[in-house]
Amino acid sequence: MHGRPRKATKQEDPAAAAAKSARLRVLQSQLLHFHHNRIYTKEAVSVSSKLLDINPEIYTGWNYRKLAFQHNLKEVSDTDTDTETIKSAIEDELRMVEVALRRNPKSYGAWYHRKWILGQKLVLANFDHEFRLLDMLLKADARNFHGWNYRRFIARLKDVSEEEELKFTMDMINTNFSNYSAWHNRSMLLSKLLRKKVKGFHEEESILSDEFELVRQALFTDPSDQSGWFYHLWLLDQTSTPHKPHLVSSWPSDKLNIEISAQFKEKCERFPIIFCFNQQVDGVNLATVTVNSKLVSSEHITWKPLSANNSRKSKIWVAFLQNFNKYCDNSEGLSVEISLHCCESIVHLKFLMKLSHMDHQGKNGDGFEELFLWDCPKSQEINPYLVSYDPWRLRVESVEEDAKWHLDTLSAEIALFKEMSECDEDSKFVKLTLARLLGAHNSIKSGGSSYFEEILKLYDDLIKLDAPHFSYYRDERSLVLLDQMTSSKDSLVEYCSRCENTSFSCINPQLCINFSGLNLTRIGFVERLLWVQILDLSHNNLTSILGLEALQLLVCLNLSHNQIMSFTALEPIKSLQSLKVLDLSFNEIGSHPVDTTRYLCSSPLSHTCNVTETMEELARENIKIGDFWEAILLFESLQLAQLDMQGNPVTNERFRVLVEKVIPCLKWLDGKPVR
Amino acid sequence: MAEIPTSDYPTIDPTSFDLIVSSTGLSASLLAAAASVAGKSVLHLDSNPFYGSHFSSLPLPSFLSYISSPSSPPNLYSDVEASSQSLPEPSRSYLVDLVGPRLLYCSDETVDLLLRSGASHHVEFKSVDSSLVYWDGKLCSVPDSRQAIFKDKSLGLTEKSQMMKFFKLVQSHISLTRSGTTTESGEEGGVMIPEEDLEMPFVEFLKKQRLPPKIRALVLYAIAMADYEQDNGDSCKIVVSTREGIETISLYTSSIGRFANAVGAFIYPMYGHGELPQAFCRCAAVKGALYVLRMPVIDILTDKESNKYIGVRLASGQEIFSSKLVLDPSYQIPASLSPRETVVSSNLSSYVAKGVCITDRSLEPNSANILLVFPPKSLHQEQSTAVRALQISGNVAVCPSGFFIVHLSTPCEDAALGKEYINSAMKALFNSRELPAESVQAQTKEEGESVEAPTQEEGETKPTLLWSCAFVQELREASYDGAVSICPMPDANLDFRNILSTTRKLFQNMYPGEEFIPQNSAADNIDDDADEGSPE
Repeated sequence: MHGRPRKATKQEDPAAAAAKSARLRVLQSQLLHFHHNRIYTKEAVSVSSKLLDINPEIYTGWNYRKLAFQHNLKEVSDTDTDTETIKSAIEDELRMVEVALRRNPKSYGAWYHRKWILGQKLVLANFDHEFRLLDMLLKADARNFHGWNYRRFIARLKDVSEEEELKFTMDMINTNFSNYSAWHNRSMLLSKLLRKKVKGFHEEESILSDEFELVRQALFTDPSDQSGWFYHLWLLDQTSTPHKPHLVSSWPSDKLNIEISAQFKEKCERFPIIFCFNQQVDGVNLATVTVNSKLVSSEHITWKPLSANNSRKSKIWVAFLQNFNKYCDNSEGLSVEISLHCCESIVHLKFLMKLSHMDHQGKNGDGFEELFLWDCPKSQEINPYLVSYDPWRLRVESVEEDAKWHLDTLSAEIALFKEMSECDEDSKFVKLTLARLLGAHNSIKSGGSSYFEEILKLYDDLIKLDAPHFSYYRDERSLVLLDQMTSSKDSLVEYCSRCENTSFSCINPQLCINFSGLNLTRIGFVERLLWVQILDLSHNNLTSILGLEALQLLVCLNLSHNQIMSFTALEPIKSLQSLKVLDLSFNEIGSHPVDTTRYLCSSPLSHTCNVTETMEELARENIKIGDFWEAILLFESLQLAQLDMQGNPVTNERFRVLVEKVIPCLKWLDGKPVR
Repeated sequence: MAEIPTSDYPTIDPTSFDLIVSSTGLSASLLAAAASVAGKSVLHLDSNPFYGSHFSSLPLPSFLSYISSPSSPPNLYSDVEASSQSLPEPSRSYLVDLVGPRLLYCSDETVDLLLRSGASHHVEFKSVDSSLVYWDGKLCSVPDSRQAIFKDKSLGLTEKSQMMKFFKLVQSHISLTRSGTTTESGEEGGVMIPEEDLEMPFVEFLKKQRLPPKIRALVLYAIAMADYEQDNGDSCKIVVSTREGIETISLYTSSIGRFANAVGAFIYPMYGHGELPQAFCRCAAVKGALYVLRMPVIDILTDKESNKYIGVRLASGQEIFSSKLVLDPSYQIPASLSPRETVVSSNLSSYVAKGVCITDRSLEPNSANILLVFPPKSLHQEQSTAVRALQISGNVAVCPSGFFIVHLSTPCEDAALGKEYINSAMKALFNSRELPAESVQAQTKEEGESVEAPTQEEGETKPTLLWSCAFVQELREASYDGAVSICPMPDANLDFRNILSTTRKLFQNMYPGEEFIPQNSAADNIDDDADEGSPE
């Protein structure tokens, strides 16, 4: 059934085909007639039987039958409650489904109809018959996912224990291990059994060890068969990710002393507090977070999830302290204590804000009188202590103490697949799995012998080896590289430089993180970069900047010389309220006439737009708003002082006019002062 | 007519035939069937009261007297040594194959021939449940398919991947060969084994594929069924070439799954292999061959002048004439007529040592019919041939249910050595209730050592040997000279492929230009259904 090209349906002779289609047309119009006029007589229903026998894919036919079934049943129950009649009606429907399945065992409509009929629970289903049917079906095609779906449905209906179904998956795997459906069902059942801690499934670690042993047999027997690798991936996931959500990092970090520039403190009106979790959480609110300081009481703080899809769950939660600058005048500074009661644990943070007088000399005004140049000297040695922010400590603490089994298991798997990669040098699955295993090991055990170089080499190999999945490997490689660069203070300092040429943020010191020219294609590990105010991502291959929304302190962002194709791809920037300098030059914005990402993100209709005034102005300039809708929404939400857009297909004189109108506070556009 | 000694013998009429076949062995029966199908008039005789000759399956007492009978003239069977004179009862319900241990590949030519000739209507088959190999003093299953490799518990992970890789190479070679691609690498990743590799010894090829010793042994002896130690290089009697090895594997793999109701590659006929010659005899009978059992040929008649064959004199005294004659290998022919052409110029061993055991338990739980191979050196350091064993059970109706017959064999030069291997194989498999008379002495001599046998717990799991017997059979090739052909003795192989090709050659020699049981020769009496020959 699988791995074989689908044969063209048998060439019917034209006369027979024509006769068949004529018959279909007649039956179809008859069916529609009955359907519209709600005629559910025996004769009418038999028309739908004939039609579905020829073509089980006609959904209307199934829907009509459902209505007919309900209608006729109601009539029965109105007169008398004859279970025999109900039974025979049900049997008629089930037989119809079997006829249809014989024609096409993968007919969605037919399977759904069967589920619907039995789901009514009008009479006790004949489970023996259902399981026999399933056996027959899975014998013909052991991987038919419709069959597996239906089996799950029937098992639930009959209340078959998960252990029993687990045994069934084992039988199927023993018959032929190249069976995605069986492996998949196994992972589902095991998840349930482990979660419920059913008898015999208390020891999660020993169960998973056994599963590793099982899937190894499949992987080593036939490394080119994908089904086992998928199951291995699931196992790896069980082994590497902690089940419970927990806090990964926060801004500010615990015990941080924040220096507020005395000179610019007037401008600092909003101070962000950011929580990063390892997975999406909800319930970060006044009830779960208490803020203690003489500055503000908790109730003035609103916690918001930062997410692209407006959901109430997010990995990143943010809140702002308003007008805090008034309070940190005195010499002790302002001390803030935060307690977060979330995810069955309590996290305490305490930080201090102080005025700093070690300020940039001779800078006046608001810092945007001069053009900001991205030329922070890279060579300059940076003292690690300057990076006072410390998300890493939290990470080490969060590593569960009982991670020994996880590390042992991962190490054993790593050793095994290294051996395998030696005899099978060109297997992409081996390389990919090895890379994932090493990555998982890294994520549990930081520091020490990290495998970054090895993983990067594996992805480099994969990029060459497996061209069709080139983009995926590049994305993964980007994440590993970002992980490596941000893995410790010492490694991050390598990419830091001190920014001397301007000053427009109130938080000292002002360091520029330079991640340019690294072939990055996506952003990750933002939780370690929450403190960053100046970020250079130029000369990479970024097409998306998802994740950057977490960097609430960001003031300057350089995205020049990347491959950003649309304004929609810049959506994360919208939440960066402190952003002042944005370099988007030499991207591909506007290269594609249709912005295909648009419909994945929130609909433009959902925006409430208050730019009517600007729009009128634009209309006067003869600029069609519809053409630049995304650009308007983006820039309108920001208070940029400096923007570079040159080298993008979208950029022309009219666009420049538009930008100047939409961003009234803009001072520099494409390196030139705005009138 | 006055000289007819007894009136027990029937008179045969007519007295002239195209062909007289005096033996109902497999080869002889095939020749009778093929000649009948080709429209020849055939008289088919056997001196025995039963069908099958040296290919028969006999009740235990008859079997024992058949192989020990001093009357079977030129010591075809020798060195018969039974564990006890008292046979397990009911002794007549044990049916012993003279050709054992033997099996049919689901895809081999014998099965095709059975289907083609309609003989399949007279035989039913059961499949062999598992294939084992004796390695490191233990029985392990032979991982002969992807799924079997996956499930195997004795192979290491690397071994699994090496073995599977090798199978894939062979598979790709086979499928490319079948599809007729001649280029050395097919379009879509298909790889063919290069010509020079096909010529090299299979063992060298396996080494070239970097397969470890255990897997080499599995492939050579348990899948490619090599008889002789292949690692010996020049001193090896028959070196299996890569081409031959691949061919057997190809047959093996195409056999798996040929019949939906057969689990593995091999099948065994219900009531024993003796059913096969009978089935072909029936085909011949349907086509008009005349059958007379208990009718020995006592003399061969020759033309006085040319000294050429013209007919035979039967034990009844009747003289029957024919243009061709086929004789049993046991028949002693006058030197003047003795065929000079051997069909296969043979460098084979001249003997095969065999063993028959009756046991009370299966070698492996949950399996009834089991093929087992002892690779060379697995029993003795000097063991130079593979010993094959086949356990068959009540489900093929050869013994009472709950009991098992185990056939063993190994080719040998020297009868004593061959029997030694057979006996040590028995010892490795079973707990003997009664030791063979001869070895009792040997046992007592070594008492000091063998008493402290540390195999106590292992011993508990072994089946008990109720009765056993070892003997040696002479291997005789087929031969022909003009009108007279002599059939081969059963060979030392696991299957009938060799016997079949020999028979085909004999037939071509007898009737050049006639087709050997053509495709639809059975068309008039059956509707040819491909599944007919399948086991139930």
